[in-house]
Amino acid sequence: MNKITIAQAFTKKAFIPFITAGDQGITTTEKYIRIMAKAGASLIEIGIPFSDPVAEGPVIQAASERALSTGVTTDDIFEMVQRLRTGDDALTIPLVFMTYLNPIYVYGVESFMTRCEEVGIQGVIVPDCPLEEKQELSHQAKAHGVSVISLIAPTSEQRIEEIASQAEGFVYCVSSLGVTGMRSDIKTDIASIVQQIRQYTDIPVAVGFGISTPEQAKTMASLSDGAIVGSAIVKQIGEWGATGEEELYNYVRSMVEAVGK
Amino acid sequence: MTTHRHGYFGEFGGQFMPETLMNAIIELEEAYETYKNDPDFIKELEDLHVSYTGRPSLLYFAAQMTKDLGGAKIYLKREDLNHTGSHKLNNVLGQMLLAKRMGKTRVIAETGAGQHGVATATVAALMGMECEIFMGQEDCERQALNVYRMELLGAKVHPVTSGTGTLKDAVSETMREWTNRMADTHYVLGSVMGAHPFPMMVRDFQSIISREAREQILEKEGKLPAVVLACVGGGSNAIGMFYHFIPDAGVQLIGCEAAGKGIDTEEHAATMTKGTIGIFHGMKSYFCQNSYGQIAPVFSISAGLDYPGIGPEHAYLHDSGRAQYVPITDDEAVDAFEYLSRMEGIIPAIESAHAVAHAMRLAPTLSPDESIIICLSGRGDKDVAAMARYRGVNLHE
Repeated sequence: MNKITIAQAFTKKAFIPFITAGDQGITTTEKYIRIMAKAGASLIEIGIPFSDPVAEGPVIQAASERALSTGVTTDDIFEMVQRLRTGDDALTIPLVFMTYLNPIYVYGVESFMTRCEEVGIQGVIVPDCPLEEKQELSHQAKAHGVSVISLIAPTSEQRIEEIASQAEGFVYCVSSLGVTGMRSDIKTDIASIVQQIRQYTDIPVAVGFGISTPEQAKTMASLSDGAIVGSAIVKQIGEWGATGEEELYNYVRSMVEAVGK
Repeated sequence: MTTHRHGYFGEFGGQFMPETLMNAIIELEEAYETYKNDPDFIKELEDLHVSYTGRPSLLYFAAQMTKDLGGAKIYLKREDLNHTGSHKLNNVLGQMLLAKRMGKTRVIAETGAGQHGVATATVAALMGMECEIFMGQEDCERQALNVYRMELLGAKVHPVTSGTGTLKDAVSETMREWTNRMADTHYVLGSVMGAHPFPMMVRDFQSIISREAREQILEKEGKLPAVVLACVGGGSNAIGMFYHFIPDAGVQLIGCEAAGKGIDTEEHAATMTKGTIGIFHGMKSYFCQNSYGQIAPVFSISAGLDYPGIGPEHAYLHDSGRAQYVPITDDEAVDAFEYLSRMEGIIPAIESAHAVAHAMRLAPTLSPDESIIICLSGRGDKDVAAMARYRGVNLHE
């Protein structure tokens, strides 16, 4: 098998869904990840739930609480990824974790990155780890071939050069101020931020925060290399429970088709 | 002095904030570095301390308590006599003056017991700034009077229902609000926690407590105290009480943390005694958490100490051995609350009563020519109804 890379997600416009691991039970998460891959997701962000997710809006906060109330642990999530990566129907798209620094730090950064490499995780997105503190993760991540994905926000301004020039995997461009969650209108001049990022790096740029409709995803992907959708999926999973297979497939399919147009 | 990496105290501290807030944090750091040595800024703050807060606060000799306990002389640093009734105003005045110079017109803040929220709402009224306070739903219920007090002062109070509905969630929610709007808004963090520069800046603003106390005790006793005591939640009154005594190696510094129903139960907030190192709310420090790094629910009768972390400079003072931290249970704190009320006619905040409780244990073990200073960080009026209920009296505000 060829080595799975984040770059392979961006051979065409990428659609990147997010799911909170353990929400509706870890076996449901495993099933839903397979469905999203089958529907054409380019890369999937798997959220390791944290008790106090300061960068999340109400939807992902609620999903994190639901997940933790099932007793799901970081080890359970590593084991789920291992199952996704083995067997005849093993997933071959890149997978990244999205979580907060504390679950990684307390697990042990070296142990965490070792497990990422073993089970087949290509990157980590850690919203409370800015450039200034990246050394907490970067040495061990690099040693185990895990990309630490950098975030760039509408407020980053003069920081863009330094962040982008050190970025790995892809750049996560935050569309709006505030926390994660659906927005009817994204006012930030994404085109201009993406243009600035591209002055300093050749790696792909994907836009996230606030995207829920195929139209929004299409617009954001046309301005960048891909669209990331979290809260819109997590909210629907909260409504569907464990039996939203068909609805999830159709939603992800519609988003994949929208960004590909 | 030990040299520290930028924004760190030893291995503790840092700037673990979302990228969206990093420029606001850097802007604050630069503004603070500029103004902390600016003579006009310093003068304006000193003038407010005198004319508005009522500083210097008294160093009161607790004669009855000293006689009753039969050991070291006990002094109380009376931060409870400050306007708004606690040490919180020291920090709020400093941050709000800074916010004004930064051109901010709106402030947001978290609050636990409501002391910091009241102080922030008060200074916002004084300075004509818009003010919004985030307070856990549970705390809004147990401190209903303070909610109304903040509203009376013109602030908007947002009850926080996420998580456990206490101080930790109020901090998270205020951080979330700050990511929404930082151009005109300053986050007046109430303790020596969060991302750099907050732990250093809040310490500097609170260090007036020990600056005064050190001079006052030398004047009264002609020598330094044997022990300095303060309660610790996030740790702002404690660091303020410790700071100018840190170079005095002979002065023992002791922080009293909330042991709730006991450190052998699940219901405590004893971060130093039971916590482990983690990274949360912008800082690397000690936290009450499980083996997967999920922050633990904490418990204390005192809403102001009901926090699962502690400021990074305390973590450093703890690990370097310069300060000690001891757990005090709810029962011990309530006993001390009643003891000080009856013995000296001073009703302490239930937070401060944790420090009083340790003094009651410690004083008899020391000689009468030694002294102990307790930081009486706040007054206890806000706690009277809750203490009555603790003793089985059905009293509601």
